Amino acid sequence: MSGTFVGMPAFPKAAHEAVNNPTLRGNLRHATHTIRAKREKAVAEVSDWAELREAGKRIKDHTLRHLDDYLVQLEESVTAAGGIVHWAADADEANRIVTELVKATGESEVVKVKSMATQEIGLNEALEAAGIHAYETDLAELIVQLGKDRPSHILVPAIHRNRGEIRDIFAKEMSEWGRPAPEGLTDTPAELAEAARLHLREKFLRAKVGVSGANFMVAETGTLVVVESEGNGRMCLTLPETLISVVGIEKIVPTWRDLEVFLQTLPRSSTAERMNPYTSTWTGTTDGDGPKTFHLVLLDNGRTDTLADEVGRQALRCIRCSACLNVCPVYERAGGHAYGSVYPGPIGAILSPQLRGTASEIDASLPYASSLCGACYEVCPVAIDIPEVLVHLRERVVQGGEVTREGNKVVLKPAKGHAAERAAMRAARWAFARPGAVRAGQRLASRTRRLHPRRLPLPGPGKAWSETRDLPPVPAEPFRDWWQRTQGGAK
Amino acid sequence: MSSRERILGRVRRALADAPGEDTPIERAYLREHGDRSVEETTDLLAENLADYRAIVHRCSPDDLAVTLAGMLAARGAKTVLVPPGLDPAWLADADAEQVPDRLESTPHELDRIDSVVTACAVAVAETGTIVLDGGPDQGRRRITLVPDHHICVVRVPDQVVGSVPQALERLDPVRPLTWISGPSATSDIELDRVEGVHGPRTLEVVLVGAQPSAEANS
Ligand code: SF4
Repeated sequence: MSGTFVGMPAFPKAAHEAVNNPTLRGNLRHATHTIRAKREKAVAEVSDWAELREAGKRIKDHTLRHLDDYLVQLEESVTAAGGIVHWAADADEANRIVTELVKATGESEVVKVKSMATQEIGLNEALEAAGIHAYETDLAELIVQLGKDRPSHILVPAIHRNRGEIRDIFAKEMSEWGRPAPEGLTDTPAELAEAARLHLREKFLRAKVGVSGANFMVAETGTLVVVESEGNGRMCLTLPETLISVVGIEKIVPTWRDLEVFLQTLPRSSTAERMNPYTSTWTGTTDGDGPKTFHLVLLDNGRTDTLADEVGRQALRCIRCSACLNVCPVYERAGGHAYGSVYPGPIGAILSPQLRGTASEIDASLPYASSLCGACYEVCPVAIDIPEVLVHLRERVVQGGEVTREGNKVVLKPAKGHAAERAAMRAARWAFARPGAVRAGQRLASRTRRLHPRRLPLPGPGKAWSETRDLPPVPAEPFRDWWQRTQGGAK
Repeated sequence: MSSRERILGRVRRALADAPGEDTPIERAYLREHGDRSVEETTDLLAENLADYRAIVHRCSPDDLAVTLAGMLAARGAKTVLVPPGLDPAWLADADAEQVPDRLESTPHELDRIDSVVTACAVAVAETGTIVLDGGPDQGRRRITLVPDHHICVVRVPDQVVGSVPQALERLDPVRPLTWISGPSATSDIELDRVEGVHGPRTLEVVLVGAQPSAEANS
C-alpha cells in the first residue's frame, strides 16, 4: 500500500525524536487526557455499554464471515439506487479509478471530506500528479495540508499543533491556496475557525466534484453513512454534482438496523459526545437533492490479506473511533507520526503491518510499539483484542511463517539478523525508561484481564529469542517488574 | 480477471478456514435507556439540545406563528428560506421576505439568505438530535446547511422518540437523511469547542405542542 510515510525511520527512532520534542508532547498530553476523561463520562451514561460493545463485535464478525455475500448484496443495492460501483484491488487501482472519474467531469479541483481510506492510498498526491487539486475541508486536515504536514491522530489529525502554530500556518499559507487569512489574525480558536470558514466556503460553493469515504455502508439498502462535526462533510456530500466515495470493503454492516449499535458507540468512543453534530446518510442519488452522479469505489488494498489471518482479521472490525490512541501510554509520548502510517496508535500498530506486510523496518517494528498494557482493548467499542494481535504479529516477525500477500500464500522468513528483535528491545527500553508511561498502563492493566502470554515462548526459529526472554506468567508478575528485574530479558 | 472477481476470490479463499459456525448477532442492548413519561422524554430532548448549544423554545400550536415571527425578528433576518411543503400558516406573521427554495437556486444564492425554517422527521431525546429526511416540509439537504441560521420545528410528542434505535425504526433509508445534534462545531484547535465552522452557526429548535414548562430555555 502506498500512503506509507516514505523514508520513515522505524518506530523506536521516530518515537525517540517525538519524545524529545516538548511542545509536541505537551500538545498530545493535553489532548489525549482531555478526550479520555470526557469519553469515560459519555460511556458511563449508557448502562448497556457492554451489550452494545458485544453486539458491535458480533455484527462485524458476522459481516466479515460472509463478506463476499455482503459485498455482492451491497453492489446490487447501490446500483439499484442509482450509484455506480467500482472495485479496486490496491491503492494504484483506486487512485487510477478516481483520477479518471474526476477527469471525465472536466474539473481540475475536488473538495474532500476527511477520509482515512483516501489518505491510506495517497489519493491527494495521485490527483496532484494528474493536475487535479484536492482540497481538504476538515479543519484539522486543512491545518495539516496547509502546514505541508502529516496527520497524527485519526480523529484530530492536527492534535500535535497548538493554536500559535495554527495561526502562523494560516497567516502564511492560506493565500497560496485561495482566500487569504484575515489581516491581524489572532490565535483564538474562534477566529481561526472563522478564517477557515471563509477560506473554505468559496471552495464549497463552486465545487463540482466531492470526494469522501464513509463510516458505514449498509448492504441491505445500499446506504452510505458519514459521521462528522463541522458540516464540511455535508457540504462535500450535497453541493457538488458528482460524488466519489472511496471505502474499504470492511466498512459494511448487513442491515439498516445494525446502525443503531454503531451510531451509539462511535460518537461516545470518539468525540465523547452523545451524538456528533452531523450524520449524513445517502442511498444512491436523489432527484433534485444532492449529487446527480454517485460513484462508490470499493477498496481492498490489503484487507483481504488481513482477512486471511485468523488472529489478525479482528482488526477489520475497527470503526476508527480513535479511543485506543487516547488511552495508549506509548502513543501519548511517541506521537502519531512515529507510527509511519495514516493509522497511528494501537490500531495502527496492528493494522498497518497487516495491510502492508512486515517487510519494511517500520512495519516490522510496529508490533513492538506497545507495552501490552491492555488499555486499548478495554476501550475498544468493537472489542478488538489489540494485545493479542500484537503478540501474534511479533511472533510472525521474529519467527516467520505463512502469510497471505495480495491474495497468495507466501512463507515469510524470520526477520533478518534479528533486526526486529533489536527494534523490539529498543522500543521496549524506550518505553520502560519512562516509568510514567508504563505506570499509566499498569494501572489500567490491573483492571484488565489476560495479557496473552500464551503465545510465548515461541517455537521454531523464534526460539532463540524467546528462550532467553522467558515471559513469566502474567500478571503474576507485572511486565514492568519483570522488565526491571531482568533488564528486558538481558539478565 | 476483473478486480471484482479478484477481490471476491480473495475473500472466499481467506474465509475457507473460517469455522462453519456463525456468530449469532445478539441484541441484548436496550431499546431505550430509562423509563420516562412522554413529558419527561420531551424535557430530556430540550435539555440535551440545549446542552449542545441549540437554542430551545416551546410553544403551543396556536402560538407557533407568533413565536417564529419573533425569532426571525430577534435575529434581524431579512430573508427566510422556505421548503416547498412548509405549512404557510407557520410564517404568516413573519416580516422577513420569504424565499421559496427552487431547484435552480445556486449555492451562492442560498448563501445570501439569512435564515431557514423547516420541520423535521423525528427527534431523539437521549442524544438531543433532530433528523431531517428531505420531506416536503424540510426540503433539500442544502437549504439547512448553507444559511447561517436554522430554525427547526418539532411537533411534540408525536415526533419525539427516546433513543437512537427507536429513531432508526421510524426512518426510511431510501431518503437522504441528516441527523443534527446542535450547531456545527469543531474541537480541532486544542480541543476548544467552537461553534459553526461550515454549517449554520445558530440552531434554534421550537418544540410545538408541549406545555411550555417553567424552565423552558430560550
Ligand atoms: S481499534 Fe477499536 S478503539 Fe481503536 S480506533 Fe478501532 S474501534 Fe476505535
